[in-house]
Amino acid sequence: MPLTSDQRAKVTLVTGVIGADTHIVGNRILSMALEKEGFNVITLGALTPSEDFIKAAIETAADAILVSSLYGQGELDCRGFRDMCVEAGLEDIVLYVGGNLVVGKQSWDEVEQRFVDMGFNRAFPPGTRTPDVVTLLDQDFATKASGAAA
Amino acid sequence: MTSLTALLIDFGSTYTKLRAIDLIGGQIIAAGQGPSTVTTDINIGMDAALADLEKRMGGLPDFDHRLASSSAAGGLAMITVGLVKELTAEAARQAALGAGAKLIGAHAYKLTVKDAEAITARQPDILLLAGGTDGGNEETILWNAQKLAEAQLACPVIVAGNRVVADDTADILSNAGIDVRISDNVMPEFNVLNVEPARAAIRNVFIERIVHAKGIDKAAKRFDAVLMPTPAAVMDGAKLLAEGSDTTPGLGNLIIVDVGGATTDVHSIGEGNPTSEGVVHYGLPEPYAKRTVEGDLGMRHNARAIVEAVGIDAFSAEVDLTPDAVEELLQKIEGDVERIPDNQEETTFDTALASNAVARAMARHAGRIEIKQSVTGPVAVQYGKDLTATNTVIGTGGVLVHGSMPETILSAALYDSSASESLRPKNPDLMIDSGYALYAVGLLAAVDKDAALRLAQNSLTTLPAMTKETTHDRPPAA
Repeated sequence: MPLTSDQRAKVTLVTGVIGADTHIVGNRILSMALEKEGFNVITLGALTPSEDFIKAAIETAADAILVSSLYGQGELDCRGFRDMCVEAGLEDIVLYVGGNLVVGKQSWDEVEQRFVDMGFNRAFPPGTRTPDVVTLLDQDFATKASGAAA
Repeated sequence: MTSLTALLIDFGSTYTKLRAIDLIGGQIIAAGQGPSTVTTDINIGMDAALADLEKRMGGLPDFDHRLASSSAAGGLAMITVGLVKELTAEAARQAALGAGAKLIGAHAYKLTVKDAEAITARQPDILLLAGGTDGGNEETILWNAQKLAEAQLACPVIVAGNRVVADDTADILSNAGIDVRISDNVMPEFNVLNVEPARAAIRNVFIERIVHAKGIDKAAKRFDAVLMPTPAAVMDGAKLLAEGSDTTPGLGNLIIVDVGGATTDVHSIGEGNPTSEGVVHYGLPEPYAKRTVEGDLGMRHNARAIVEAVGIDAFSAEVDLTPDAVEELLQKIEGDVERIPDNQEETTFDTALASNAVARAMARHAGRIEIKQSVTGPVAVQYGKDLTATNTVIGTGGVLVHGSMPETILSAALYDSSASESLRPKNPDLMIDSGYALYAVGLLAAVDKDAALRLAQNSLTTLPAMTKETTHDRPPAA
């Protein structure tokens, strides 16, 4: 069931493109869509080092970090991301990753599993539509949102 | 014809300095000076300074305004506390520096019991407590307030963090008997800087509380108001000069470099947005009115630190002396921090000290470009303020105002093509605050902007144009 706009406003999301990656367009479309859907979105933009995602999440008490990577280096850039979050006291933060995460033809199931093993709650393949992300966010934050509303 | 006059007082840590200003002509009529007697009775120094001024003027007029600033008793000592070092902790630091404070501590993340006890022991005049964007992190600022309350902090606290918990934070502190004020968040949204309300709150506490704590109010009958700490007056002077008044246009973006005995201060007025095409700005935006204080770059108390930063051999070569002779001069300076050069050798030495202090202070203040390699090619990323298009650089401080080589020293602040990543001013007009009047301009700005601008016009001297390139091959002793 979708969250109400009041419930979504209580969910703070940090978005950005990780590493030396300048591909901002997809991330911007996603950020604008999430904002339009009522989420509280903190946009870091392109060329964002992993530690800056975490600093922004601490200061804004973010509920989730949505990492984009389009240039094939995602696996390298995202290595240790969950560990850094735990180190910074963000044990429970929800982590999504999406884009062209790896180079070459690899089976998506394997890629997804690799990122899940790295501590990401969800990984998204190329061509994911924004409404699908919204649906999953609603689902993942249903408990938190209803708890906060009560 | 009736004249309009103002008396400007600076309660410094060494002197009580007076300036009598003709508001219509924008001229300093006379200056008087007495010792600083803040530690005993401030009136003694004030009497001596007034007697000196009276002697020089042949009688004292009935002043229309009597305004005071103060850098006495160590200035306005502040400690800042924020959450993430590069975010709210940095915003808090910027707010305090811009309010003219002397920063004696800056903390980030959760304070430990020991941290809080150390803060209390350092006896700041004001503590600025930030943390969390509005609606963001609540836990840390509440935690830090609790720790400060338990450590029985004695000074007033300004709360400028996450507004959602501002009242709760203030309650924790006021229940412990601490004087607390709530201001707007220094970072209401991620990477949005909002330092002016906190600066105003700092200034109010300064006027209400600190002036009394420092014993300055004992001389209260002698002036209308103590408006601000002296560095804040310089900042206000800088802003007025940049922006002008309703009737007089300003100079536009400008920088003030103040080379002092213990520190080198840099003030810049301007947005500092990228000036080159294709440059991406990254990180926390910096304040429109930004002040930095370099505690390791001073002409007297930190002369040795400057020489060591340059390297003793390189510095010796620069002043054309042996390292032993440099060491001898350093010891002379350290033994007599009021020392004024009295021969060519010492003048050359001071010029080199000041040039190096200015170059380093400016490089730290200015933003920089870094080239990052991406898959699509190199990208230029800007951190901090781009000051290359600054219109005017003004120098102040003894070695610039009274020294013989102001253009050599001030040129050290300029853009250097061999360090093109440092976004320092490229082609500004260079000026010297010959009348030593910038703080006076800032004080007067509060009551009469046009008179303050006239005063500035009469006390600033333009130096002959000089670019970094032309100074390069110049022997330092020329």
